[in-house]
Amino acid sequence: MRRAILLVALLVAVPAFADSNMPPAYWADRQLPDARQEVQAEALMDQIRCLVCQGQSIADSDAELAGDMRDLVRRRIAAGESPGSIRAWLIARYGSWISYRPTSEPSALPLWLVPLALLLAGGTLLLRRVAVRRRK
Amino acid sequence: MSKPLRFLPLALLALLVAGLVWRLATPGNSNVSSKMDGQPVPVFNLAAAVPGIPGLASSDLAGGQPHLVNFFASWCVPCATEAGVLAQLKGRGVAIDGIAIRDRPDDVARFLARYGDPYERIGSDTRSQVQIALGSSGVPESFVVDGRGIIRYQHIGPIDADEVPMILARLGQAK
Repeated sequence: MRRAILLVALLVAVPAFADSNMPPAYWADRQLPDARQEVQAEALMDQIRCLVCQGQSIADSDAELAGDMRDLVRRRIAAGESPGSIRAWLIARYGSWISYRPTSEPSALPLWLVPLALLLAGGTLLLRRVAVRRRK
Repeated sequence: MSKPLRFLPLALLALLVAGLVWRLATPGNSNVSSKMDGQPVPVFNLAAAVPGIPGLASSDLAGGQPHLVNFFASWCVPCATEAGVLAQLKGRGVAIDGIAIRDRPDDVARFLARYGDPYERIGSDTRSQVQIALGSSGVPESFVVDGRGIIRYQHIGPIDADEVPMILARLGQAK
């Protein structure tokens, strides 16, 4: 009996969704009529990080705030604003964290230098090994 | 290969595992803080969220008096628990303005009737556009805005009862 009650309780359990009752914003899941503008908007949305699901881009995320941000991006692109200017506007609000495109700020320097250093280290290791084998 | 160098990969692995265990045990703070601190409130003009209470425009926030701008929603559970603290702040003479995120007039009215109404004005932000313009990323969130309309402090999450003196101090500094 106890097991049956637990099973029923599990079946009716619904996670508490922290979502509103409102439908998605108009341009959240609707393509712009101008194909060239839609391409621009989608390229930008792929590179803007979702504030709620922080590992996803706003193009991938189902969070309502991501939908509202897609709506914002499409509206601004449709109004003739450049993707670069929209990205800068968002960075001014949330920091460079919001953009997936790496910047050239000093804090991002390791990102650019570490691959070069690894390539250099690997290359020298390889050359030395080849040299040792030749001598044998 | 020299002997100490032979243990380098193992040492690197140990370092990596130690780092992973440390981050799993104490996850970092995932709050996104607004970079608008010290900046003027972006220009906006929101319609009233409920009949009877005026809407909110950025010009309302530059009238010489500090304001507490509170992002909330009727569908937000922590906002309901924060309502009592906001009432307490209102009792201390704080001017509180609300911005209702993705909400309907009926739902906002029901929320205010149930949990109390500490707001002088409430703007309706159905597409989260003012929320994004202020660099806010969720509900509840509150901003201290000084008398000239400059953002002075962002509070992420509900204001707890023991944070009331801190909020009052921030508002005092914002005069």
